[in-house]
Amino acid sequence: MRPIHFLPVAAFLLIVGAFSWYLFSGEDPRVIPSALIDKPVPEFELPALTADIPGLSSADLATGRVVLVNVFASWCAPCRIEHPFLSALAADGVPVYGIAYKDAPEDTRAFLAELGNPYERIGVDHDGRVGIDLGVYGVPETYVISGDGRIRHKHVGPILPTNEDEIRAAIRAAETAS
Amino acid sequence: MSPELGHFALTLAFGLALAGAVLPLWGAARGDGRLVALAPPLALGQFLLVALAFASLMQAFILSDFSVLAVVQNSHTEKPLLYKIAGVWGNHEGSLVLWVLILSFFATLVAFLGRSLPGSFKARVLGVQAMIASGFLLFMLATSNPFQRLDPAPLQGRGLNPLLQDPGLAFHPPLLYLGYVGFSVAFSFAVAALIEGRVGPAWARWMRPWVLVAWMALTAGIALGSWWAYYELGWGGWWFWDPVENASFMPWLAGTALLHSAIVVEKRDALKRWTILLAILTFSLSLLGTFLVRSGVLTSVHAFAVDPARGVFILGLLALAIGGSLLLYGWRASTLEPGGLFAAVSRESALVVNNMLLSVAAAIVFIGTLYPLFLDLVSGEKISVGAPYYARIFVPLMMVLLLALGFGPLLSWKRGKLGRAARLLRPALVLALMAVPLAWAIYGAGPVMAFLGFALAVWLVAAVLVEWAERVRLFRVPPGASLARARGLPRRHYGMALAHLGLAVTIFGITASETWTAERLAVMAPGDTEHVGAFDFRFEGVRPVVGPNYTAIRGRFRVTRDGAPVVDLLPEERTFTAPPMTTTEAAIHPLVSGDLYAVIGEAAGEGRWSVRLYMKPLVSWIWLGALIMILGGGLSLSDRRLRVGAPSRARRSAAFLPAE
Repeated sequence: MRPIHFLPVAAFLLIVGAFSWYLFSGEDPRVIPSALIDKPVPEFELPALTADIPGLSSADLATGRVVLVNVFASWCAPCRIEHPFLSALAADGVPVYGIAYKDAPEDTRAFLAELGNPYERIGVDHDGRVGIDLGVYGVPETYVISGDGRIRHKHVGPILPTNEDEIRAAIRAAETAS
Repeated sequence: MSPELGHFALTLAFGLALAGAVLPLWGAARGDGRLVALAPPLALGQFLLVALAFASLMQAFILSDFSVLAVVQNSHTEKPLLYKIAGVWGNHEGSLVLWVLILSFFATLVAFLGRSLPGSFKARVLGVQAMIASGFLLFMLATSNPFQRLDPAPLQGRGLNPLLQDPGLAFHPPLLYLGYVGFSVAFSFAVAALIEGRVGPAWARWMRPWVLVAWMALTAGIALGSWWAYYELGWGGWWFWDPVENASFMPWLAGTALLHSAIVVEKRDALKRWTILLAILTFSLSLLGTFLVRSGVLTSVHAFAVDPARGVFILGLLALAIGGSLLLYGWRASTLEPGGLFAAVSRESALVVNNMLLSVAAAIVFIGTLYPLFLDLVSGEKISVGAPYYARIFVPLMMVLLLALGFGPLLSWKRGKLGRAARLLRPALVLALMAVPLAWAIYGAGPVMAFLGFALAVWLVAAVLVEWAERVRLFRVPPGASLARARGLPRRHYGMALAHLGLAVTIFGITASETWTAERLAVMAPGDTEHVGAFDFRFEGVRPVVGPNYTAIRGRFRVTRDGAPVVDLLPEERTFTAPPMTTTEAAIHPLVSGDLYAVIGEAAGEGRWSVRLYMKPLVSWIWLGALIMILGGGLSLSDRRLRVGAPSRARRSAAFLPAE
């Protein structure tokens, strides 16, 4: 027996350790942390979808109240699933703003006409430019923004009854943070 | 046959695998001949039972038995028969059954073809095979039952991704698995040798055919997968360095190294520990390739929800198999006495260079694949490693390898003369230098690396020819004598030459297509013409067509060169109904000089269509080269000296004494 011959197994244990840490850390590999947490929302200004719903710019997000910014698209199936829960949050008095991500405006209009509109403001991000600035990884995504215009929480995937508590807690935290 | 029968057969196979993992090893350790003799029948029984399970799963797929969950999720009554069959392994559960089927098939082959293996050694090899099989059978039974029933049974299945409904992809996984699992035999040979504490030329000679078979299958599997990506994904790309591709490429690199280092053990009784370690690592990388990709550790948002219980189970299994064998290596490696010595310049050291470069290449792919994961652990940053990383590190490494490859076969064993090899290779050097202006004349300007790639490919072809000419003493003895010598060269020698030529052909294809592809993205109306390279593509319009389970838009391009008609290209955009999805069918016309490639995209209004047109020089050489490499492997395999049970048995057993 010579110690050097144990080098391969030692290297392997190191790798296994890393994997187990990853697997058992409870961290879902599908959760993508945003680099923008607690940072101000990047500057943007998006045109309106229709004449009666105003567009969305970063200035609209720093008005002293906590808002949700929901990135959605008519082509995204989970967006349909989360739609009723998002509407319920809006009905509870949480201001919800929307960013229509890489979607044809007529399709977005049809989507909202069919399902109803929970959004106070909708910005049309047709080429996905603002999505890149925000670090949108997939649709839907929801950002909780505090009154001073900073991103406090990012939720990847649809809002569902199972994670509603997470969103509400983030909203309360954002209220105290600003 | 009912699904329950298949499930029952799997359970019984697990029982036999457990017995096969314990009894023969126990018998070999205790010198109990009756237990040792149990190994082959246990392996055969396990194979037959897994085959029964596989057959009943296949029956469920062919008959569209929608009371079986896996069939519901992956099949559909309207699917052509070929893809119903391919659906068996097109999913997690079914692919596991195929994996274990191939594993026990190889074990059975070892049991009944390896007649010249000493009994106790064979029992140990089969014992290790059975250990692997029992681990994966348990995994299947505990977390991934392929025969899970569904009540009530739906009337229709959810179909298979139409992108995957393609003959190329139907046979891609079985070939890959044949490669991955084939390396399990090398692994078992290595572990058995560690247990016995003896490795010699005979050991390498027994192991090498299995490595060759696995290597050929893996080469074919990788080539088929990349060819599929080329013609089906519609982007003209053929390699994307994504984790799934890397997962198959790592064992290929390690397996190629193993193929070469085993020669050193066989011929010179040297590099024993390294070869053993390489055999373990190659199979470990194969395991990583098959399972890590599915475990949820490496997956990103692109993967579907993975059951975490499976991830933990797989990780435990991998840790046990790889960690256990490496621990055994650490414990027993010092019992393997180093054999033949060799000088710094010799065939052995050339093969060491080959091994070093290939292992470093495998390590680079390994790091590139896992680095994002580790970075996330350390700093929480999420990144992905892309093609530029590989291009920057991998390409120079391969260039050194190609350069050295010219010399290697010309050096003699034990002590070679670099000066002599260099002198012999002078014509190759001249040809390689001449290739640069030639490539310039054909393709025009390009990056330095491209010309270097061309020169190296020519260098390799010339070096192979020089080596052959040297062996047959061409022009130095009368032609008749040369012919006799050429006939006398062993087949494995021709196999080597052919495989190296295949590599050169692939390098030609990669270099030319990566550098000088002409590409047009355009919106065309019927009657428009686009110039792509030396060709004119005239768009003739589109018409709808109907396939067995899809409808499609078919475009027509009339391709001419200097006014002379070449071919009509008919790319399609297919719309499937189950599940609803569109795929592009690129129209490809291979010419000797390269491929004409046309893709029809979306309608752009007013009868105009967005199209992508390419002229990809020499691109099909990439796969032609792979085919030649496989043929080289086959030729080498057919060498009767490698065949099990061939003469020189007496010498073998002298070199490798049975344990009893």
